Amino acid sequence: MSAVLPQSREQATGLSFGEALRARFRSLSALPSGRFFFSVILFLAILVFAILGPTIFNQHDPLQIVGGLYDTPSSKFWLGTDNFGHSVFTQLMFGTRTSLIIGFVAGLIATGIGVVIGTAAGFNGGFVEEALMGITNVVITIPSIVVLILLSIAISTRSIYSLALVIGVTSWPWTARAVRAQASSLRTREHVDIARLAGANTASLIVWEILPYMLSYIFMAFVLQLTSGILAEAALSMLGLGPSNSVSLGIMLHWALLWESVRTGAWWAFVPPTLFLTIIAFALLLLQSSLDEVFNPRLRRS
Amino acid sequence: MTLSNEPLTLLEARHLTRIFGGGENEVRAVDDVSFAIHPGEIVAIVGESGSGKSTLARLLLRLLEPTSGQILFRGEDITALHGPRHLKTYWREVQGIFQDPFASFNQFYSVGRVLKKTLDLSDEKLSRAEQQQRLELALRNVGLDPTDVLKKGSHQLSGGQLQRVMIARALLVDPEIVIADESTSMLDASLRVTILNVLSELRARLQMTILFVTHDIGQAYYLSDRVFVMYHGQIVEQGPVEEVLHDPQHAYTRRLMADVPRLGGWGAKVAAD
Ligand SMILES: Nc1ncnc2c1ncn2[C@@H]1O[C@H](COP(=O)(O)OP(=O)(O)OP(=O)(O)O)[C@@H](O)[C@H]1O
Ligand SMILES: [Mg+2]
Repeated sequence: MSAVLPQSREQATGLSFGEALRARFRSLSALPSGRFFFSVILFLAILVFAILGPTIFNQHDPLQIVGGLYDTPSSKFWLGTDNFGHSVFTQLMFGTRTSLIIGFVAGLIATGIGVVIGTAAGFNGGFVEEALMGITNVVITIPSIVVLILLSIAISTRSIYSLALVIGVTSWPWTARAVRAQASSLRTREHVDIARLAGANTASLIVWEILPYMLSYIFMAFVLQLTSGILAEAALSMLGLGPSNSVSLGIMLHWALLWESVRTGAWWAFVPPTLFLTIIAFALLLLQSSLDEVFNPRLRRS
Repeated sequence: MTLSNEPLTLLEARHLTRIFGGGENEVRAVDDVSFAIHPGEIVAIVGESGSGKSTLARLLLRLLEPTSGQILFRGEDITALHGPRHLKTYWREVQGIFQDPFASFNQFYSVGRVLKKTLDLSDEKLSRAEQQQRLELALRNVGLDPTDVLKKGSHQLSGGQLQRVMIARALLVDPEIVIADESTSMLDASLRVTILNVLSELRARLQMTILFVTHDIGQAYYLSDRVFVMYHGQIVEQGPVEEVLHDPQHAYTRRLMADVPRLGGWGAKVAAD
């Protein structure tokens, strides 16, 4: 994952999001690539489906029994029913919503921790940096799935938020590492020295001189964490460690596998959630890589 | 207070040393450097790339901790001071200007905001109107039109304008001494002269003391009274600029002079304008 994050100096010195967008839109030839708009539209469509879908299609209970075991798709239930007789289409809307919520919360937590630790390490250097990066490297080497399984078992009631928390607190190290490199290279820039000469303390140096230069980078790191959070949820839920009493894309896959939908040919039970996970990850990764061009117009020309 | 005829010392370094890294990678960037700077003089530090000039400048500005040695300002040991709260009073008297005006400028802020931050050093409680007056005066002092530049960001100004803003910033708190680290090297030739003239005019008008880092011997000759020659972290030669440059004692200074093609033709200092 870290490999996708650009490490170049261009990145650290990149324009702010607003500035970059304004610069890009000034002339038509400078418009961001189609990739950017395509990925944004794709992701927005999924968001709308997850948030407004239940209202649009007037389906408000994904756990309502509406049919039998693996009813084939019909005009009433477009994607048929699952092993419990739930409507797969309704499950897909609510499942996508749950997966996105977990991804967002886990992404925010991971990015938050990663930025705080990475910035503190990179900006302070010396002993603080060594200690914080030591911790980060330990957390990185522990296979996160093991921690996720242990923590998931330890937490008795698995709400979608506790699952998001578990994913968030185990996936911050990559962000911390990437942010540390950024903060470390920004620390020696002359405007930081100028602010020091004006009597600025460490906190205000970080807030006013370091963070603004990292915002676009942090946003891109968040998009990656969001993606991996959604995929981590799917992996955990497929193992049966998903949130209780709810439906997510991973939980849909869990039951589909358990009830042998693949063998029985009930493709409508496993294809939709798989497809949605793929589309979400594709849209976000495409967005992440096209953001690179939005923030750094120079990259595109060369 | 002075006990002798010696001119009063403003800024003094005693056995100042800064070592980077350790073991095989040890770099003695500044190695046992001692000197004294007197009020009102312009001192140039010359030396090739990597000789430790910037490290020395950053040590003197207290932006970098020395490995050993002392810095004295008006006789007071300021190496004992740590953190912005204690160094504020020092930075009211000793300010800096750096090499790259674009990098010196936080691109997210306006000229006005960058200048106002430096005004925070002052203990005086200034009203908004007074602050505004100070900013405008400082900008006029370096030949900029305040109404034109105050609201602008770094991307809307040229390198020469930005560097003048940085000079205005350094002068805002009315310091005793300004340390300028290669402040003209990123500018093209005509702007370079403009900046040099701004500096020498400031000295004439405000009796400013200036420590001027450069690898350009011509600039040192043009602007300074005394020159320190740095080589591998040490000051290998120091003295009045005419003496050092016309009759270099140290082999390194001679080599440095040989690298300057124009030097042979130098009879007298070139007039400022
Ligand atoms: N933060 C640092 N960490 C490690 N080494 C450093 C650091 N800063 C400077 N050095 C080393 O110290 C030596 C002196 O560097 P310095 O920047 O002071 O030279 P300089 O005379 O200003 O050179 P230039 O003319 O290129 O600006 C160099 O060998 C440099 O690599
Ligand atoms: Mg230098």
